[in-house]
Amino acid sequence: MSGYILPLIFIFIFCYAKHKKIATYDTFIKGAKKAIPLSIEIFPYIATIMIAVALLRASGLTNLLAQLTSPIFNFLGIPTQLVELVLLRPFTGSGSFALLNDVLLSYGADSYISRCACVILGCSETIFYVTALYTSQTKVKKLLYAIPIALICALVGSIVACLLCKII
Amino acid sequence: MNKIWFIMVVASLCALCWTAPSTTLSVMLNASTDAFKLSLELCAVYAVWLGVLEIVELSGLGDKLAKLLRPFIKKIFKINDNETAKMIALNMSANMLGLGNASTPLGLQAMKRLDKGSPIASHAIIMLIVLNATSIQLLPTTIIGLRASAGSANPADIILPTLLSTICTFVLGISLVLLCSKIREKIRRKNI
Repeated sequence: MSGYILPLIFIFIFCYAKHKKIATYDTFIKGAKKAIPLSIEIFPYIATIMIAVALLRASGLTNLLAQLTSPIFNFLGIPTQLVELVLLRPFTGSGSFALLNDVLLSYGADSYISRCACVILGCSETIFYVTALYTSQTKVKKLLYAIPIALICALVGSIVACLLCKII
Repeated sequence: MNKIWFIMVVASLCALCWTAPSTTLSVMLNASTDAFKLSLELCAVYAVWLGVLEIVELSGLGDKLAKLLRPFIKKIFKINDNETAKMIALNMSANMLGLGNASTPLGLQAMKRLDKGSPIASHAIIMLIVLNATSIQLLPTTIIGLRASAGSANPADIILPTLLSTICTFVLGISLVLLCSKIREKIRRKNI
């Protein structure tokens, strides 16, 4: 069902543009051209954040941190098995998806732990990556409360996720 | 960001000295290579989406969509610029559809328009970052796919809890940013 949504949207867009007498081929090229400068501009930002994340994971600090903080997370209703996922999620998308896959395979896809993990991942974003990416287009150096608020939201989201999975 | 990055890197390097100092450079180089591959992939993805987007823009569809969301956006972002509000509206719509890769180039364009050259983030910039960092997702397609391949009986049963918790974070994010900006205004007024 959901597979049909995207092609239908595209058909609608292209036909509507045709109806408005727009040169679709030329216009598409004009838009696609912007992709090259954009990806060159964002590369240093992506690389810098990814190097830091790779170091963090390779050093084993995330594991250590997960062990140290798990009592706090348990108190908030987040199971020990998911602490590393919650901690890593703001930093890396591919890393947290790899972790999710581990959880799914080791606890079974329909277990409480796995369902929680899925919802936690679904309702959150890679905060540091998004922030680095978005600031790449500005001269902003001081983000004030942007990151703390995003992190609080992610934590609350995780807590709510674990609660909801118990009920639903 | 400067502080966070410094702490992350230095702490990790210290820990690596202890555990496996010889791997340091290869870890960093691998990460940078991954980032390069990712940028190339993103370039391809952005070409598709920016192409479609240009058509959406020129045909006037973007304006129509933006009109629906504009009052809401202008209120929470405290901006008056129609063009920027449109970009943000498109960015949010793509987020809701779970098209993360489509929403990014839109958000970046909005960001460029919001930037006034000041080194301190404005209310609108913070709002845009927080909204994208807590984005609403209606269809978590990748996760459903992963669950299905792990042998779940009903892989889609996480949609409802995901939607509910994502609404929670969305509302919380907006309110917190609005609250903080109110406090910021007060402090500024006191100083003058």
